Amino acid sequence: MAKTLFDKVWQAHAVRELPSGQTQLFIGLHLVHEVTSPQAFQMLREDSLGVPYPDRTLATVDHIIPTDTDMRPFDDEQAEGMMSAIEKNCAEFGIRLLDRKSGSQGIVHVIGPELGLTQPGMTIACGDSHTSTHGAFGAIAFGIGTSQVRDVLASQCLAIVKPKLRRIEVEGTLPPGVYAKDVILHIIRVLGVQGGVGYAYEFAGAVFDRMTMEERMTVCNMSIEGGARCGYVNPDQTTFDYLRGRRYAPQGEEFDRAVAWWQQTASEPGAAYDDVAKIDGSRLAPVITWGINPGQAIGVDEKIPGVADFAADERQTVEDAHAYMGWTPGQSVIGTKIDVAFIGSCTNGRISDLREAARVAALGKVKANVTALVVPGSQDVARQAEAEGLPEIFRAAGFEWRLPGCSMCLAMNPDKLVGNQVCASSSNRNFKGRQGSPSGRTLLMSPAMVAAAAIEGAVTDLREMLR
Amino acid sequence: MGTVFAMTELISVPNVVGRPMPLRGNDIDTDRIIPARFMKAITFDGLGQLAFHDERFAADGSLKGHVMDEPRFLAKGDRIAVVNKNFGCGSSREHAPQALLRWGIKALIGESFADIFYGNCIANGMPVVTAEAATVETLLRAIEEEPAHELTLDIDKRTVTYRGQTYPVAIPDGVRKQLLDGTWDATRVLLSAAAAVKETAASLPYVKGF
Ligand code: SF4
Repeated sequence: MAKTLFDKVWQAHAVRELPSGQTQLFIGLHLVHEVTSPQAFQMLREDSLGVPYPDRTLATVDHIIPTDTDMRPFDDEQAEGMMSAIEKNCAEFGIRLLDRKSGSQGIVHVIGPELGLTQPGMTIACGDSHTSTHGAFGAIAFGIGTSQVRDVLASQCLAIVKPKLRRIEVEGTLPPGVYAKDVILHIIRVLGVQGGVGYAYEFAGAVFDRMTMEERMTVCNMSIEGGARCGYVNPDQTTFDYLRGRRYAPQGEEFDRAVAWWQQTASEPGAAYDDVAKIDGSRLAPVITWGINPGQAIGVDEKIPGVADFAADERQTVEDAHAYMGWTPGQSVIGTKIDVAFIGSCTNGRISDLREAARVAALGKVKANVTALVVPGSQDVARQAEAEGLPEIFRAAGFEWRLPGCSMCLAMNPDKLVGNQVCASSSNRNFKGRQGSPSGRTLLMSPAMVAAAAIEGAVTDLREMLR
Repeated sequence: MGTVFAMTELISVPNVVGRPMPLRGNDIDTDRIIPARFMKAITFDGLGQLAFHDERFAADGSLKGHVMDEPRFLAKGDRIAVVNKNFGCGSSREHAPQALLRWGIKALIGESFADIFYGNCIANGMPVVTAEAATVETLLRAIEEEPAHELTLDIDKRTVTYRGQTYPVAIPDGVRKQLLDGTWDATRVLLSAAAAVKETAASLPYVKGF
């Protein structure tokens, strides 16, 4: 019988079935960051547990790290405390830590792939919901909580229920000005923020076949915003070409043998899925969120929907979103003034994102009164951007060029919205208060759209600008 | 591995009894339950009073009139929250169930829950059960009408009882068993198969070398 990648990888990593109905699943790569791990290390100490597979875990710092300085101690004492804690924990338990001194620091979901750690056919876990990013390589990658971080550290395993599998096929050709970000925002809009609960997503179809690895990562990254436990794309030549020569990827003849195994992990034609959804990529427009969850999104040329456009049980959230964001139903999003523009995050902080944004930034100057930040996803991304002269383009246009980290995606570091500022953001969550101010407002969009909004000082239809 | 470790006793959670806390609304995300700026700490201590902080407190610290602060719901002791759809979506932060637990919410009843949040609750021995939308609505109304009663969640019988009315709730067999047996903390279970884990690891090409 034809099998899916999901089934094959699950089976290869299943240690045993547990009485709870869960599977004990071996985790091939465990990534750790400073925010969700200190309590897990503390639990290990309290229970006198060790880390039996320290080489299968890698740590970095991204969430709290300032993006304007490398100076230690950090001004923020709590942030300094978290930084010292991860340094101490990694040293004590023998775990590699990629900090700024290493030259390889970055957002955990940016560095795993770029170092070649993330590979097809693996199981991956990290105490962070956007771990789904790594699925772009044909890995099964789960975001987990702190108790599970402890479980993986202590046993290299997770106790987890196998989700169902939905295949999402996006056919056609994306029009100019429409990016991977628009594809996933559209998918979440159509299937809903709860649509993926209990599911893993397999992304397929012509649009995915043509996507670069970075674009696939952008889509898989936001699987969780659609409620899915994880998302993946089957590995193909694009995947193998990306991995060849990366630091932790297999080298030489080993690489060729690895490719042979990776190819075998892909879903086979005729495999069965619990559900299939089809989307026509040729009809997409740039997408922008207008609400307080990532499913509340429209094409940039559409009008703000009214309460009556939604099913009865969604109306409360829609009203809430209108009030919080300050919309009048029927109004256009184009022309909405912004105060801040943020380009970065594990969704859109990679080199191709910065190139696209720079292409737009080169067309003008950031509007007075708009604060515009570009935060590369990692030190590697920053170096590559520097080699290509991108920081100069951004600076000349009036953007700030920062050091790598999560920054204003969740605003645990000093980069925050103030009051009810409106932010055009290339990140992944528009929840109330997400960007650091309890009344701050977030409009999610592609990095190129963010750059366009920075220049216009307002939400704009990128397609007009590119014309 | 023959591990000898001092793990706590198995704690069975056959039922939870507490005052009800109605938290209406779909898609209540974990950023709302506990804003990220409160996660800058290396322990979960003190999270209780920060649960739903930005929904409850204005910038000047005054109360906004959130249901958690309504005088008629003010009670001491354990609580059980009743919620709608997709509660706990968003970030994987275990700070969310920790904040709820520390505020006093020891169990959740709702239409549906986000997967990671659900797992995080169970990993802390915090029962989470689902009920039909109509049941949740009936229950919410009964609570809002007359909040000063205890709500009983019976994991074994899969029921919830309020003001003499009993309603059915759903919980997967495996999770029910974990709560009843006290095996909701997975570490001990996972560690008991160290040899099999080694074998699985050794069978994987990327572990043994291609
Ligand atoms: S960039 Fe944002 S979503 Fe990604 S890991 Fe950092 S905080 Fe989480």
